[in-house]
Amino acid sequence: MLSDYQQTLLLLTGINVLLGWSAYLPLATGQLSLGNAGFMAVGAYAASLLTVQPRWPLLPALVAGALLAGALGLLVGFPALRLRGIYLAIATLGFGEIVRTFFLNFEPTGGPMGMRGMSGTTPGLVWAWVGLCGLGLFALAHSRLGLALDAVHDDEVAAELSGLDITALKVGAFGAGAALAGLGGGLYAHYILFIEPGTFNFLESITMILFVLLGGMRTFWGTLIGAAVFTILPDLLRGLQDWRGAFFGALLVAILIVRPWGLLPRETLRIPLRRLAGAGERP
Amino acid sequence: MLLQQLVNGLMLGSSYALIGVAFTLLLGIFDMLNIAIGEVFMLGAFFGLTLVAAGVPFLPALLVAMVLAGLVNLVVERFAFRPLRGTPPVIPLLSSIGFSMLLQDTAVNIWGSERTQFPPSMRVVTFELGPVLVSSVQLAILGTAVVLMVTLHLLVQHTKIGRGMRAVAESPDTASLLGVDAGRVIVATFFVSGALAGAAGILVGLTFSVVSPFIGIEIGLKGVAAMVVGGAGNLQGAMLAGPLLGIAEVLSVAYLGAAYRDVVVYGLLILTLVARPQGLLGAVERARV
Repeated sequence: MLSDYQQTLLLLTGINVLLGWSAYLPLATGQLSLGNAGFMAVGAYAASLLTVQPRWPLLPALVAGALLAGALGLLVGFPALRLRGIYLAIATLGFGEIVRTFFLNFEPTGGPMGMRGMSGTTPGLVWAWVGLCGLGLFALAHSRLGLALDAVHDDEVAAELSGLDITALKVGAFGAGAALAGLGGGLYAHYILFIEPGTFNFLESITMILFVLLGGMRTFWGTLIGAAVFTILPDLLRGLQDWRGAFFGALLVAILIVRPWGLLPRETLRIPLRRLAGAGERP
Repeated sequence: MLLQQLVNGLMLGSSYALIGVAFTLLLGIFDMLNIAIGEVFMLGAFFGLTLVAAGVPFLPALLVAMVLAGLVNLVVERFAFRPLRGTPPVIPLLSSIGFSMLLQDTAVNIWGSERTQFPPSMRVVTFELGPVLVSSVQLAILGTAVVLMVTLHLLVQHTKIGRGMRAVAESPDTASLLGVDAGRVIVATFFVSGALAGAAGILVGLTFSVVSPFIGIEIGLKGVAAMVVGGAGNLQGAMLAGPLLGIAEVLSVAYLGAAYRDVVVYGLLILTLVARPQGLLGAVERARV
């Protein structure tokens, strides 16, 4: 049997995998969102409001939180279509700050005092969601839709010229990412049992990007590895204490310098395969 | 007191303008967004505080803090930007965020995470201009910001390195063909950008008279907002948008309550990005310094 401590790590890893995927999906279409902590907050607060006051069961409350975050994601995704690269990152960052400020002033959820009264997440429940979403992403990676997302990522103009609906793909990926962040937020709130606006800050959004980067920007399973490493590593590094932030910052810079596309980009696996396949053709 | 609020907003906004300009220099010339500017600003505040606390008068403290902040920004350039040249702009953006975390934690470990009182560095005299009260500190802040911005304008328009900056902003390839040393231009621009952010740090330290390691993200993001609203890449735009945002913030505190100050600032930011991505003064085609 797992100890309490191991169960906690397992649960947090699962939540972080979902949050990592929430950053991965927009990134798969070339959109860097620095505001996913905002969507996470919406999911966390919405699900908590539903389980604490009308006493909804956890499952429908989680789904409702995810859907609300997803709908908000679609709403943000449309105007964000006009923005690229750095400017999209700035706009989403501003969005995240606005959401945080909103909950700081929203009395029904306790404002700056935060909110309690939730209960109920288990590692099994979290990993059931991870499994479900993982299956979805697996199916996506092996479908025409997945190819279409790749095409948008690699060359938007060419993708549009070959008849792809860029708007639907980009806004869809953005909204789906937001929904995943909302789901992760709902699970997080029902595990940690206390949420406050300060939790959902800029740094939280960055951490989600970190999971993706560490695992490799263009494979959904890479995020799984990235989230696991980043959840377990800080615990192994407890000795660092006050220098943890500095350590992670330096690690982020180092990863980017060594592998700007993440530690395990798709190509790492492809190249040996291609070599094997092409071995016979060489003169 | 609308007039008094406008004056206060102008003072606050002149610091935003300086940080906005620090961001704009790098974005306008090299298409780089250096988030670590926020932490360079915070470090500038602490350098200034340490110097003033040690008995150094305001002006020399300002100059030394600016040089130190400029040097910190050179370290950021060396590790977060130089190794990543040639990658899409979001990659150095992320590494500059990593460097921000490193700098913030370093400041926490040196100066502690508590808010530190900025020692009074000058005698505070309050002037009455009709119905408006202006303190000598406020005048020093505004004066310093104006002098720095005029100096920057002269630097960009009338010096060799300024010509280099404008040439690289126009076209990096053509500039290097014409003999502009891009490496030197980058180093000089990062230094100037860091020095301006550091100066803003001291000014904000004077305005609020407290400094903490966490003001970097908070005020730094306001600088990003000033840059975008003014027209990303446009120096005059950032100089204009800084005071506008400061006034918007002070007015929203006065009439809507302190809670909504950030909603107003970031709301303006998003509104600008969506409705007029080129900003107030930005060119439609491509923003330039």
